[in-house]
Amino acid sequence: MLRFVLHRLGLVIPTFVGITLLTFAMIRLVPGDPIELLAGERGVSPERHAELRAQYGFDQPLLVQYWDYISGVLTGDLGKSIVTKQPVLDEFFTLFPATLELSTCAIILAVLIGVPVGIIAAVRRGSIFDHVSMGTALTGFSMPIFWWALLLIILFSGILGWTPVSGRISLLYFFEPVTGFMLIDSLLSGQEGAFTSALRHLILPTVVLSTVPLAVIARQTRSAMLEVLGEDYVRTARAKGLPPRRVIGVHALRNALIPVITVIGLQVGVLFSGTVLTESIFSWPGIGKWLLDSIARRDYPSVQGGILLIATTVIVINLLVDLVYGLVNPRIRHHR
Amino acid sequence: MSTTVNTTAQAPPGPLREFWLYFRENRGAVAGLIVFVLVCLMALFADMIAPHSPTQQYREAFLQPPFWAEGGSSRFLLGTDAVGRDILSRLIYGSRYSLIIGTIVVSLSLTVGIALGLIAGYVRGSTETLIMRAMDMMLAFPSLLLAVVIVAILGPGLFNAMLAISIVYLPHLVRLTRAAAITELGKDYVTASRVSGAGTLRLMIITVLPNCMAPLIVQSTLSFSSAILDAAALGFLGMGAQPPTPEWGTMLAEAREFVLRAWWVVTFPGLAILVTVLALNLLGDGLRDALDPRLKRQ
Repeated sequence: MLRFVLHRLGLVIPTFVGITLLTFAMIRLVPGDPIELLAGERGVSPERHAELRAQYGFDQPLLVQYWDYISGVLTGDLGKSIVTKQPVLDEFFTLFPATLELSTCAIILAVLIGVPVGIIAAVRRGSIFDHVSMGTALTGFSMPIFWWALLLIILFSGILGWTPVSGRISLLYFFEPVTGFMLIDSLLSGQEGAFTSALRHLILPTVVLSTVPLAVIARQTRSAMLEVLGEDYVRTARAKGLPPRRVIGVHALRNALIPVITVIGLQVGVLFSGTVLTESIFSWPGIGKWLLDSIARRDYPSVQGGILLIATTVIVINLLVDLVYGLVNPRIRHHR
Repeated sequence: MSTTVNTTAQAPPGPLREFWLYFRENRGAVAGLIVFVLVCLMALFADMIAPHSPTQQYREAFLQPPFWAEGGSSRFLLGTDAVGRDILSRLIYGSRYSLIIGTIVVSLSLTVGIALGLIAGYVRGSTETLIMRAMDMMLAFPSLLLAVVIVAILGPGLFNAMLAISIVYLPHLVRLTRAAAITELGKDYVTASRVSGAGTLRLMIITVLPNCMAPLIVQSTLSFSSAILDAAALGFLGMGAQPPTPEWGTMLAEAREFVLRAWWVVTFPGLAILVTVLALNLLGDGLRDALDPRLKRQ
């Protein structure tokens, strides 16, 4: 197992170095002079320009600049936002819980519905349930989620008036963040109605964000289950006279879930892409919206730091999924 | 294991015919194909079908509802937007953009992806490591996010959006091509060709590549639909096609502020995206089933 872990870690390091190279190159690829970009529309005098160039190290050779950048990154210094003058790392971690809460709820919803639907569709292959659920899954997979969000707003916020349109909680409530998860914090605050308010704000964004992962998970569970149900050992289990519930729930499901775990892990990237759209539509104060706003304000240090942190998060989660995968599936662990 | 006895052996069906025999079994895929052909025809004959110009503003008809709703008229079948443009005509012209986006993104990423994948699979060694590491790196960035950042660097616009999406799709195509090429390169027919004195280029492009096409065709169809979705998303975020281009995502972005007042401005462009993408995904599923020899035997 240790060898397996070390092997996976060894693969992660070059990827991480490559990502820092990309984000390092990014700000230098933006057309125009970086100092003038940093200075904004007011511009700077030639003396101040030279001074700033020296301050940011742009007068150094590229290799030195990269060295400075990566030593900064490794010590947690990702530069300061041009707009707010706050360290990028602080801004990221202030907003990250909002994104984490939304994504966690979305993936839980997707797994809770997607896995059972996939299992039932596979067990009753060719039934009406199979056709309808897989048709719905393909529709969900093809859904432009930004449009889906607008439709849900029209129905649930506009016509029915059940849910709010934007934000994480009603302005009536205020409390200091403890965990950063609004659902938990609102409960901890003890204020009446705060939890319901947080929940009502969370529902639509969660549904929107979970749509694509839900469709993918349902489809993947169905095909993994179908593959496993055709295996000899399942036939043996049936022939032994085990009840169908046990054959499906214990013998088949355990092996069918292995590819499903990978797919769930792969959805992390999809979720981050989705948060950009979902957060911007529901004015959800998370990383996706922050990144879009930073791009609109040409706040390049924030964009640079933000995508580095997101890419790192994706790598770490994929690594964890890989390790879990190795844990549940000995065949992978002993492969190399 | 057929029980019927034929007195004369039938000639096996040709590859195209065999493909069609499998493909037409899948009703969803055939429906997808029909819808996709209709969208193509709509794009091709937009000038003839569209009742109005996509940019003409009718000042007497702002936000007019569709013809069946109260206040609608048969002049504007699907109603008008906030500046009085006919939505139906804009949707019809918009199909051109979606198809162009899909075509360009797929051709760009397919060309570069196949080239890099073949090189990685053929040359191996450090070149392969370099290419595959670079692709892994790109996969660490969520695709839409990477596209957004590339557009932020290049500047907003339809062409840059297409370029960004093509770059984002590269890793999948490179991996697929490499994997297929490595499998094929180990087979006897390649060795035979090599022994006969085929050069590197001939081996790669004429001998190996055609045998790697099945997964690439499927992936291209799926990339085509994803490209339409992603370009619409970029348009929606104001980073793709710019107004007044009747691109479907851009139309949605313009309609966003009327979401609670005029449902039709929001509903129809999204429906157009959904139907086109769904048709392509059905088509892709059908192609995979028809082209995948593993599934055929079942």
